[in-house]
Amino acid sequence: MEQVTREDFQVIDNCLMIRLPEEIDHHGAGLICESADRLLLREDVCNVVFDFENTRFMDSSGIGIIMGRYRKISCFGGKVYAIHADRQIQRILRLSGLNKIVEVLES
Amino acid sequence: MKNEMELIFDAVSDNEGFARVAVAAFVSHLNPTLEEISDIKTAVSEAVTNAIIHGYENLYGYIRPGEMTYKERSGTNSGKVWLHCTLEEDMLHIEVRDKGKGIDNVERAMEPLFTTKPELERSGMGFAFMEAFMDDLEVESRPGEGTIVRMKKKMGVGDWIGGEE
Repeated sequence: MEQVTREDFQVIDNCLMIRLPEEIDHHGAGLICESADRLLLREDVCNVVFDFENTRFMDSSGIGIIMGRYRKISCFGGKVYAIHADRQIQRILRLSGLNKIVEVLES
Repeated sequence: MKNEMELIFDAVSDNEGFARVAVAAFVSHLNPTLEEISDIKTAVSEAVTNAIIHGYENLYGYIRPGEMTYKERSGTNSGKVWLHCTLEEDMLHIEVRDKGKGIDNVERAMEPLFTTKPELERSGMGFAFMEAFMDDLEVESRPGEGTIVRMKKKMGVGDWIGGEE
């Protein structure tokens, strides 16, 4: 299965943009967390934007990824956003209660 | 109509995607809705991931190109996950079984947000998702012997796309 690459992580102003892969599960989650955290430490990043444009599948591992990043940035006043989330992804965000900490932006 | 299949595969995370796609293909002739397929894939993914990282405590790891597999390193076979599906008319039964460490307290394990592996950034939502996306969930576990997760879902009752909103 395809894994994330360096190009999927971009820092724009104070936002870390993460382009998520087609399928988000435990297998690929470790690499996404590692790559994101490296940038969160290094750069002057305040907010994180998860881009679900290419994502067709996500299980609870995705919830773990978002919750973990939220914990790291929320104590400094950072926010977490989700963009391009399809109906199924939005359903999973709702079901896990994550829609309370993640702002889902309609595009 | 009755149809049955069983898969036995190594408890490595590479097989999580394989397992859920296999079950989705198994029910594809019923013309399931996208939502039904997505529900089933999520539930299978949760159950198989649990077997791999909790049942076998992630012992067998990833298969990375160029790296030795668990079998090559240790000379013993890695643990296996059994995935058994039965389709009786429009009722899908899925059983995911491992011979791993088992669960001490099934009731607590099924509580939303409870996880024994916060360091792996697990959300603790696995069983909650299985319950939400399937019609029925049963967990049978004996410490030291392994765990069996049984799920049921009636197919063909999903809304048409866009029917809900």
